[in-house]
Amino acid sequence: MDRYFLIASTLCFLAAVVHTVIELRAKLFRPMRFNFFAIGVGFIFQTCFLWVRGQELGRCPITNLFEVFVFLAWSVALAYILVGPAYRVSLMGAFTAPLVLLLQGFALVAPIDTRHSVTVPANSWLEFHASLSLVAYGAFALACIAGVMYLLQERQLKTHHLHSIFYHLPPLSNLFAVITRLLWWGFALYTVGIVSGFFTGHPLPHIQIVAAIALWLLYAAILQARHLKWLSPKRVAALCIVGFSAALVLLWGITFTAELHHVP
Amino acid sequence: MNLFCVGLSHHTADVATREHFAGNATAESIARQAGCAEALLLTTCNRVEVYGVSNKGISTDEIARCLVAETNRDPDNYAPAFYRYEDNKCVQHLFRVASGLDSMVVGESEIFGQAKKAYESARTSGAVGPYLHRLFQRAFRVAKQVRTHTDVARGAVSVGSVAVELAQRIFGKLSECKVLVLGAGETSERTTRALISRGVSDLRISNRSLDRARELAQAVGGRAVPFEDWAAQCREIDILLTSTASEAPLLTCDILAPMLWQRLDRSLFIIDIGVPRDVDPSVNELQGVYLYDIDSIRSVADQSLELRRQQVAAAEAIIADHVTEFVDAIPRGLNRAPQAPEHSSVGENSLRGSEL
Repeated sequence: MDRYFLIASTLCFLAAVVHTVIELRAKLFRPMRFNFFAIGVGFIFQTCFLWVRGQELGRCPITNLFEVFVFLAWSVALAYILVGPAYRVSLMGAFTAPLVLLLQGFALVAPIDTRHSVTVPANSWLEFHASLSLVAYGAFALACIAGVMYLLQERQLKTHHLHSIFYHLPPLSNLFAVITRLLWWGFALYTVGIVSGFFTGHPLPHIQIVAAIALWLLYAAILQARHLKWLSPKRVAALCIVGFSAALVLLWGITFTAELHHVP
Repeated sequence: MNLFCVGLSHHTADVATREHFAGNATAESIARQAGCAEALLLTTCNRVEVYGVSNKGISTDEIARCLVAETNRDPDNYAPAFYRYEDNKCVQHLFRVASGLDSMVVGESEIFGQAKKAYESARTSGAVGPYLHRLFQRAFRVAKQVRTHTDVARGAVSVGSVAVELAQRIFGKLSECKVLVLGAGETSERTTRALISRGVSDLRISNRSLDRARELAQAVGGRAVPFEDWAAQCREIDILLTSTASEAPLLTCDILAPMLWQRLDRSLFIIDIGVPRDVDPSVNELQGVYLYDIDSIRSVADQSLELRRQQVAAAEAIIADHVTEFVDAIPRGLNRAPQAPEHSSVGENSLRGSEL
């Protein structure tokens, strides 16, 4: 039953991606409203999936890699819904939908929805720590998307070759402001997430702790360098992509080791 | 009722011919002299067109004579330059004109305002009745829809507008931008005014002749900077507009690179419209610097024009839908009206007009 919600959600994101591709091919790029609607409906289905799965498990549905990927996709969509209209970042939906589609598509196709008995009882601190960290990842993912948009536009401005998409992208300065805000939001949530991890009462694998702190340090360094104006906006945008790639690898590692130790 | 459009434009007539028929008549005088129930005269630098509604057939010659009625000019010599569209072809033509598809620069928006002005003028004089009212109101709606739903009006096509468009792509709002104008020539002044029109208020003008710099600074509301101090301004400014007569590049990587370390978080947009160029091309390789010389600005303008041309098909599709809807909605009598006697060369010109 819950997978139907996920399939419906994935179809919504697929519709947004297909619509974007069709618009791009026709050089008629006005997908903002459609994409926002498609992502909104997709988000509702995602929420339904997580709720049904959570009811079934009796805990926050992040007990295996499949659920973690869906929760991450949900966090990305949530961040987009909160940030996209607030900062009026046009075309962000067109860039967000493919990432969510990729995460959910992978979760649906790959044989990673393995049900195993979780030996650790439901722990509110542990769930708070894991879910908040994943929401922070959503903000980092959106910062990564804004970074891609920044680099795309910057490249076109440098080379003097302006694609039709150029005229619909937000100005560089606006994109950079959005990247900075998303990094701060993500960093704040991630900090609280990491700190709450120390209150779970369960000894976590050292490798997880070291990797999580390394990621925290990476984002702290980016933000500090940005604050001190040591990094150009282009470098910050590129580092957002590096940071989120590292976060994905870390997420994979954490979930893998957690599954080994049967920790949610 | 017969709806028609008779006119000449940059497609069919040179400027001498167009000015021969422009400025001598009004919608009201044409309606009266030709015996039209309704008439509207659209005159711009690129076209002179009469839109009319009549119970009887009114020839192209009659309209041409009305256009020069107040003068001693002979309209017959210019007959081949005229085109004529009737009923749904006329509707389609007006929708294309209002949307900028028939303009010299495809997608330009000035024609929209000119058509509105012509409509207001004819309405005030009482020459416009219910048919032309509905037709033009629909044309304005179509033009807005074309502009909103296609990229036909996207992109800038002149030096000034390209500079402004690119600056907005980089900085967003230009009101916070600091601009240095190096060289106080005519093109610089035009481009500066284009930037001012988008909110730029912090303007610094530098020129070899300080008097000329002061003169331009006064004209545009900026402040003059001695020529020997201009390079130091690069630490602060966001936009550099340069157009001097210097034989060698004034700004090189060696000069600019050390200053960029002090402004790593801010972009620098350089518009170099000087020939020979004032800025060494390698400056574009520096991080955060976007250098556009006159060729790259022209290239951007060409890309915009090409983008607009690619959008014409989408715009035509929107127009076709509206033409069908409009023609179906207006009284059927409009399509059954007697055909006006054609000028001997009108059929040929009409075809030529539509092909162009």
